[in-house]
Amino acid sequence: MESNLITEDKQKNKLEKALEILKTMASKPSGLIGLTIVLFHVILALISPYIAPYDYKAISPNTMLLAPSAEHWFGTDSLGRDVFTRTILGGRTALTVTFFGSLIALLWGGLLGIFCGLVGGKIDDVVMRVVDAFLSIPWILAMLLIVSLLGTSTEVLIPALGFFYGKGIVRVARAATHDVIAKDFIVSARARGHSNMSIIWNEIIPNVRDAILVEGAMRWSWMLLGFSSLSFLGFGVSPPTPDWGLMISNARGLMSFAYWSVIAPIVGLSSLIIGINLTADAFAKALGIDRSTKAPV
Amino acid sequence: MLLLILKRIGLGLITLFIVSLITFVGVEVLPGDACTTYLEREAYGAALDACIKRLGLDIPAYERYLDWASNVVRGDFGYSLSGEMPINEVLGPRVKNSLVLASVSILIGIPLAIVLGIITALWRDKLPDIMISTITIFSMTIPEFISATLLILIVAIWLGWLPGIVIIPSDATFYELLSNIILPVVAISMIMTAHMARMVRSSVIQVMASDYVQMAILKGVPYWKMVFRHVLPNALLPAINVVALTIAWLLGGVVVTEVVFNYPGLGRLVIESISNRDLPVVQALAIILASIYVGINLIADLMTLMLNPRLKSLQIRK
Amino acid sequence: MSEIIESVKNLSIGFNSQKGKQISILRNVSTNIKKGETVGIVGESGSGKSTLALAMMGYIKQGLFPLKGQCLFKSEDLLKMSSRQLEKIRGRKIAMIPQNAGQALTPNLKIGYQIDEALRLHTDLNKTERDKKISELLNKVRLPSPETMAFRYPHELSGGQQQRVAVAMALAGKPDLLLLDEPTTGLDVTTQAHVLELLRFIAKDTGTSMIYVSHDLGAIAQVSDRIVVMYAGEIVLEGPARKILKEPIHPYTYGLLKSIPKLSLAGLPASMPGSQPQPGSINEGCSFYDRCNLATDHCKKNSPDLEHIKELDTNVRCFNHKELINQNNNLQTSITKKSNNSEAIEVLKLKDVSISYAKQKFFDQLFNKISDQNPTVKDINIDIKKGETIALVGESGSGKSTILKSIAGLLKTKDGQIKFENDRILSSDLKMRNPNDLRAIQLIFQNPDESLNPNHTVEQILSQPLKLYFNLSGEELKKNIIDLLKKVRLGEFYMSRYPRQLSGGEKQRVAVARAFAAKPDIILCDEVTSALDVSVQAAVLNLLQQLKEDLGTTYVFVSHDLAVVRAISDRVAVLYQGRLCEIGPSQNVYKFPSHPYTEVLLGAVLEPDPDIKPKLVAEDIVEEKPPEKGCSFQGRCPRKIGDICNLEVPPWQIGENGNAIRCHINIDELASLQQ
Repeated sequence: MESNLITEDKQKNKLEKALEILKTMASKPSGLIGLTIVLFHVILALISPYIAPYDYKAISPNTMLLAPSAEHWFGTDSLGRDVFTRTILGGRTALTVTFFGSLIALLWGGLLGIFCGLVGGKIDDVVMRVVDAFLSIPWILAMLLIVSLLGTSTEVLIPALGFFYGKGIVRVARAATHDVIAKDFIVSARARGHSNMSIIWNEIIPNVRDAILVEGAMRWSWMLLGFSSLSFLGFGVSPPTPDWGLMISNARGLMSFAYWSVIAPIVGLSSLIIGINLTADAFAKALGIDRSTKAPV
Repeated sequence: MLLLILKRIGLGLITLFIVSLITFVGVEVLPGDACTTYLEREAYGAALDACIKRLGLDIPAYERYLDWASNVVRGDFGYSLSGEMPINEVLGPRVKNSLVLASVSILIGIPLAIVLGIITALWRDKLPDIMISTITIFSMTIPEFISATLLILIVAIWLGWLPGIVIIPSDATFYELLSNIILPVVAISMIMTAHMARMVRSSVIQVMASDYVQMAILKGVPYWKMVFRHVLPNALLPAINVVALTIAWLLGGVVVTEVVFNYPGLGRLVIESISNRDLPVVQALAIILASIYVGINLIADLMTLMLNPRLKSLQIRK
Repeated sequence: MSEIIESVKNLSIGFNSQKGKQISILRNVSTNIKKGETVGIVGESGSGKSTLALAMMGYIKQGLFPLKGQCLFKSEDLLKMSSRQLEKIRGRKIAMIPQNAGQALTPNLKIGYQIDEALRLHTDLNKTERDKKISELLNKVRLPSPETMAFRYPHELSGGQQQRVAVAMALAGKPDLLLLDEPTTGLDVTTQAHVLELLRFIAKDTGTSMIYVSHDLGAIAQVSDRIVVMYAGEIVLEGPARKILKEPIHPYTYGLLKSIPKLSLAGLPASMPGSQPQPGSINEGCSFYDRCNLATDHCKKNSPDLEHIKELDTNVRCFNHKELINQNNNLQTSITKKSNNSEAIEVLKLKDVSISYAKQKFFDQLFNKISDQNPTVKDINIDIKKGETIALVGESGSGKSTILKSIAGLLKTKDGQIKFENDRILSSDLKMRNPNDLRAIQLIFQNPDESLNPNHTVEQILSQPLKLYFNLSGEELKKNIIDLLKKVRLGEFYMSRYPRQLSGGEKQRVAVARAFAAKPDIILCDEVTSALDVSVQAAVLNLLQQLKEDLGTTYVFVSHDLAVVRAISDRVAVLYQGRLCEIGPSQNVYKFPSHPYTEVLLGAVLEPDPDIKPKLVAEDIVEEKPPEKGCSFQGRCPRKIGDICNLEVPPWQIGENGNAIRCHINIDELASLQQ
């Protein structure tokens, strides 16, 4: 009964802390804007299949390249499909793929980084060399190669993106761990004779968690950028699935006379990326982490 | 000091060695070999045999790696399947074009970033900072292909000031070259400048809050003198490494920008070779781009070593 | 009287809290600085003393702003001046000597340039004159080889040298007023005494007025003509130094002086309850009300004004100050501690212990040995009895913390053995020790901010050892935690607090509780009070002593502060460069004959008494490595007798009273030399 009370108390504490962070994030205009945009996109992604006015893949030669009007708010594209429908649906794949991709990146990058930071020595040296080597190969080259050989299904995209965006997290997690393990409370735990696992779980993770989460949030926006670049190059989502990157790529050639078909997906994608970015920034600031001095690797 | 430099170079070489292993093993592990991948449905009979012979796929993998690696060290990247010529010939003009694009962007980007970073830091939270910082956030978050597309739409199509698509004849004059690369340069340096300006800003802010800057103020050092003598040297030194990492990271983005502008550089070669499933070229590109990354970081490391008074005095004593 | 240089009038400085409330950290401060006088501003961290000092140069830290009042320098308000005007005053009329010169000197500029810059800005000298002036200044602050010094970078100098450079830089503009913000804090004891001596010399030599800001009444007592005591942003007491130190008529100052451990007194200092209130937390009444033993209901509701006491020439902010007049003889008392049973058994033995930080070479790694002929710590032999407090004393680099770490198993020994209970050898590898031995030896660290996990509540922190060693859970665990908190005088409601919600003293209490949770036989204390304010330090020392008397724990107490050591310890071991110099019962170590190094240390202690001046007998050189042969103290010894000191390790000589000294000079001769 008593101990139950304590855990309840703790949970309440965590919830309160989360609310507190959200409040701090929303207290600055940039954070508020970011949060609103992300929330808008998430809700849109959830409800868009039910509110979309047209079928996103219905091709009709009669309605090719119509300018915006009351029937077609954002006009139509070169195959006569409704741009509004395709735009509100266009973020769904990107959001899902990159969200799960970031989760994978966060997990493997964070754990490997903490591990390397803790054990140090030869193992650490070797792992960091390999991570450096992967960092030095442009992500786009590696991604394109994998996708072109293995296909563009989400089963390939999610782990591949998760892997390539996780290697930067390894570095961040490792550096954060290094900062922490020099502190006396870790020394104290070691001197008491706690096991390595207990030290990682009780002492290190609670203290590097914030830094890694912030990094993960940031990765999310970069991964979104990367994913849509792949789509734009024709190596992401396959048609006719609506996707902003792909839509921009398709409409680009015609933009001299049908700019609307390119503007709508641009606004969609840009706003989401900026939204996530602002949110991640506000998140970092609310947790007291300055990440503007770091390189985007 | 010399030992330190040699150590850094050694580490860079080890990284490149691992990269070569990764690219080689990666191609081996992924389904299909270079020939079946390239020929796709025509991968049978004489064409396949010829291809295998051409690339020497009939000998064991580790021997092939040694062969390939030793050739790469000697500067020979092998044979391009789609171009049907040695890769070196494919690479030549591409490297030159990319080099022009990258160096012009960097030459514009770095000074601009430093100036903007300093302005935003010194007028922190005032109007110039808020304005510049907002623009920076936009230009660093919006994907290259979007900013490039918008640039073409606005400058080339609506205003008609510059060509939207790059066409560089081999005998292009400097002026022709210039007007052709303006838009790609703007697109690349915009994002690069934004990243770097942000870093310079926070580095300057950090130094401005240091004890020694407070001391300089209390010593009666005039403001601008303090900024130039006490703040900037200490703020820009740690920024060098981060700037290098950023430049190297943006190489990936250059690929996309080159595609948007149809610019015949290394970036477009990446897409072409992958679309053509020309694995030998992909391998060569991986090594080249990784070397650029390692090289840029090495230069930054060495610059920091040279400029840091802590290490400078080490050198004098030795 | 002499002319007033700077006067502060009703100055309040504050900031806007997140909730938009205006919070002042300086309240209604008024004071005058006269020509040629040195004013000491003393207060604990958060008392607003540094803010006041900076405001006197017209400098307000970012985020703060003046709410009202003036800082008049020669009748011009510095707070209203443009930065152009201030540039003409700063460095030329008022100069600053900062707290941490290591961070206050610009790292990329050479020493010479930084002094030259001040000369160029504030004098009309030409290049050759300036160069001459630079070496003159470097000479004046007694830096070695001024010619080459000018071409060095700040990081190449030791802490004491950096501080001297800062002094030279401040003197370059020939200021009328020097502001010193904790100029000796963070320096070693002997270095601190030397820098203070230099400052006193400069004050006399140049006739400059000085404002000396410090938390350390000992340092203030050495230099000040007049003392201003700050508490929670207010001046609570102000007057001539001698009067303030000998007849403090404000309860805070009185308590503060009583809580400082003194060399001349055995036993623990009296402690003051509580800690200084946070800015903005006092709405009405006297700011010292919570901690005051003279407080009445009147004090709770009304805040006292600064009142002038004519016969003492003192201003005091207290309604009940009369009760303290003529109480001064009470200042020289302390709490006697129960001495331990001297026949107790030995619980921990260090036998021939050497520790090396040198990296193992490959071959030695194969044979698992460390080849270092000149290890950081060498030949330590100490037997520690059950229930005693043994102190390890020395300056930075003396190896005292290193020894502590290897007892805890955190550092491997190179040679020798650590024996625990009945001569059982403890493995030098933490992982090889059995859980019961791990439990028996616990550590308390210097800085509780670092030794408590910031993401754990006090409950989680204390449950770690209880779960690990005793497998407690549920109700029983909670009961034990409450018991522990009670032991360190903290209430049950602290359980749900995070370290950041506690004051420094409370945090250290939690750290003490965590160590005691293991029911240890030995507690290793690493500078446990040096991060705390003086008034809190006394309380923690008393707590440690109380717990020891109740539970029979043994302490190994590491400290650089000889007065603290004198207060808490039964036996003292003095270390220099990782070698033992002297060991013996604490009353003997503080009496002559002493090892020459102990003599130097004792001479450098600053007492909060203007009549006791430090005796500087050795140079404050920083030695980076122990000498390879001979006596460890040969490089700085004021009583060196010749080659024998350089070549042979001195023998142990044991005095009649059980005090052991390691010196080539005969112990009786040493006694007569030191009389």
